[in-house]
Amino acid sequence: MDFMNTFRLALRALARNKMRSALTMLGIIIGVAAVIAVVSIGQGAQYMVQQGIQAMGTNVVFIAAGSGRPGGVRVGYGGVKTLTIDDMNAILREIPLIKEAAPSVNSRKQIVYGNQNWSTVINGTTPNYFEIRNWSIQSGSVFSDEEVDLAANVCVIGTTVAKNLFLDEDPVGKTLRIGNIPFRVDGVLESKGQNVIGQDQDDAVYAPYTTVQRKISGITWVQFINASAISPVASVAAVAPITSLLRERHRIRTGDDDDFFVRTQSEVADLMNKTQGVMTMLLGGIASVSLLVGGIGIMNIMLVSVTERTREIGVRMAVGATESDVQQQFLVEAVTLSMMGGAIGILFGLVGSALISNFLSWPTLVSVKAIVTAALFSGAVGIFFGYYPARKAARLDPIEALRYE
Amino acid sequence: MAEQTIPVTEPAQTVAQGKPLIRLENVHKIYDLGEIQVQALRGVSLEVREGEFVAVMGPSGSGKSTVMNILGCLDRPTKGRYFLDGVDVSGMSKNELARIRNRKLGFVFQQFNLLSRTSALENVELPTVYAGISPEERAKRAMEALTRVGLAERAGHHPSQLSGGQQQRVAIARALVNRPAILLADEPTGNLDSRTSVEIMQIFQTLNEEQGLTIVIVTHEQDIAQYAKRALEFRDGKLRRDNIVRERLVARDVLKTLPTAEEQAAEDAEDNAREERHGHGDAEK
Repeated sequence: MDFMNTFRLALRALARNKMRSALTMLGIIIGVAAVIAVVSIGQGAQYMVQQGIQAMGTNVVFIAAGSGRPGGVRVGYGGVKTLTIDDMNAILREIPLIKEAAPSVNSRKQIVYGNQNWSTVINGTTPNYFEIRNWSIQSGSVFSDEEVDLAANVCVIGTTVAKNLFLDEDPVGKTLRIGNIPFRVDGVLESKGQNVIGQDQDDAVYAPYTTVQRKISGITWVQFINASAISPVASVAAVAPITSLLRERHRIRTGDDDDFFVRTQSEVADLMNKTQGVMTMLLGGIASVSLLVGGIGIMNIMLVSVTERTREIGVRMAVGATESDVQQQFLVEAVTLSMMGGAIGILFGLVGSALISNFLSWPTLVSVKAIVTAALFSGAVGIFFGYYPARKAARLDPIEALRYE
Repeated sequence: MAEQTIPVTEPAQTVAQGKPLIRLENVHKIYDLGEIQVQALRGVSLEVREGEFVAVMGPSGSGKSTVMNILGCLDRPTKGRYFLDGVDVSGMSKNELARIRNRKLGFVFQQFNLLSRTSALENVELPTVYAGISPEERAKRAMEALTRVGLAERAGHHPSQLSGGQQQRVAIARALVNRPAILLADEPTGNLDSRTSVEIMQIFQTLNEEQGLTIVIVTHEQDIAQYAKRALEFRDGKLRRDNIVRERLVARDVLKTLPTAEEQAAEDAEDNAREERHGHGDAEK
C-alpha cells in the first residue's frame, strides 16, 4: 500500500474520533510548546550574556599581577609588584598577536565636588583603554597621551559618578578633588551598565596611570594590563607567548609559580555560555518530560484504537494486507497524531515566547534549531510510542481478529 | 440428523472436470491449547477442480471451519500439504499467504465484515489497495464488481445505509474485485432472511455457471447446500461424505415461488389486519 493512501487513511481514522485525537495531541502540544518557549527564553538569556561579554571589549587579554610569594607570604591578585609598564611595552613589542594594551592602576578613594562626596575606584590608565574596552565617550573628551606623559591632573568619569557628584550639573570642565588633589573632568563616559558579574561599570573615575601611580597610590608597578589581540582566536593563542615572555622578564625559574595571571575574554565567555547552556538544557529536559508523557498518551490511545478495530484489521488481513501493511497503517496514524501535535505545539510555543518577551520584557530568542528539534522529536515520539501498538495490530491472528466481537 | 440429509448417489470426483485448483493431502490440524491438544482435522484429503461449486457441511466442531481457514490461507496445516492452483502453500510465510489471499482468493463472511463509515465503493476497492493497483484502475475495477452484483447505483452508500442483502452483495463484489481463482464463503446467508438468502445464492450460481468461478461455501443449512453442485460433509475432523448434489435447486426458479419484499409486506399487513378483526386471541394460523 502506498504512503499517500496510508496517510489519508490515518487522517480519516483520526477524524472519526475528533475529541479523542485532539486530547491525545494536547499532550504533545503542551510538551512541544513548553520546549520551544523554554529554549527561546534560555537562548534569550544567553544572548544577553553574550552581548554583555562583548560590551566588555572584544579580543581582550587580561593580565593581572598575581599572587606571588614574596618572602613566603602569598598575596592576592594585583598584590605583587613585579608587573610594570615595561612588561606591557615588551608584550606590545614582541608579541605580534597583541595589537594594543593599556595598564590599570586601581585605588579606591573618596572624591569631592562642592558639598558632594563619593567613594569610588580611581583607575589609572592610558587613552587607548577605552578603545580596547569598546567604550565611547558621552560628552567632552578623553585625556591625551601627552597628559599621560606629563602625569596631568585630568580625568574622565562614569555616569554613576557624574550623577552622584555633580547631580544635574554638566561635569565637563569642572574640577573635582581626589583626596586633596584637584582633577579637571575632561569627559563623561557612555553608560555601560552592570558587567556580567553585576558590578556597576559606570562607578569609576579614569585618570592617566602616571598621575595615579605618582600622586595617588605612590607606586611604580601596575596591577593589570588590558591587552587587545588581533582576533578572538589570537587572544587565546597569545596566552602562551605572554606567559613565557613575562616569566622570562620576571626571572621565574622553571617549576616556580607564575607571579601573574593571564585571562582571555573567550574564557569568560565560554564559562558564561556553558552555565547558560546547562540552564537551557535543564529547562529543556523538564519540558521534554511532558513530551514523554504526551507520547505515553499516544501509545495509550493507539492501543485502544487497535482493540476497537480488531475486526477491521482482520478484514484487511483477509483481503491481503500483510503484517507490514497493518503495522505501517497504525504507525503512520501515531506519527500523524504526534506530528500534528508537534506542529500546533511549535505554533503555541512561538506565540508563547512572543507574549513573554512582550509582557514580561524578557528577551527571547527563537532558535530554528529548537523548532527543528521539536519537530523531529515529536515525530520520533510518534514512532517510538506508536511502534508497540502497531506491532500488536500487525501480529493479530486474522482468524481471531475476524471472530472478535 | 445429517445422515440422509443430502440426496446423493455417486462420488463427486468422477464428474468434475477442469484443472484441479485445490488439493489437500492428508491434512492435519492440531491446536495446542497448552494443557490439551485439540485435533481439529485428522487427515483430510480433498480435491476441488476449476468451475466447481462446493458446499461444506457438518455440525459445529466437525472441522469445517478449520478446513475453510486452511483453504482460505488464513491458517496453515500442522501436517500434510495444501496445493492451491498447483502451488504448495502449506509451508508459505505469513507475507506470502497474505499475497495469495489477495490475488487468488475472495472471502465472503457471515457478518459481511464491511468497514463502517466507508462507502460501498471504497469497501470494494480494499483488496485492490493491497494489490498495488493505481487509484484510477482501482475505482474502475470496484465499479465493475459492484455492477456485477447489481449495486452500481449504491456505490456511494455506507454500509449502515444498506440492507443486509445489499451489504452481503457489496462483500461479494469486494471478494471479486481482484479476480480471484476461488470464492470462499463462510455461512454467507447466516444473517439473512429466506428470500435474501436465495438472492445471494442466485448471485453465486450465476458467477459459477456463467463465469466459471469456483466457489466453496460453508453452511449448516441443508437447503442452502442444495444450490451447490457438490457437498462435502465433515465430522470429527474427517471428511465423511463427498457427493454430487442431486435435485439441485436453481435460485432463479426458487425466487419466482417466493413472495417479493413488497408482497411480503402486503401479506404481513393482511395478517395484522386479520388479527385485529379477530381480536387479540390466539395468533395461530
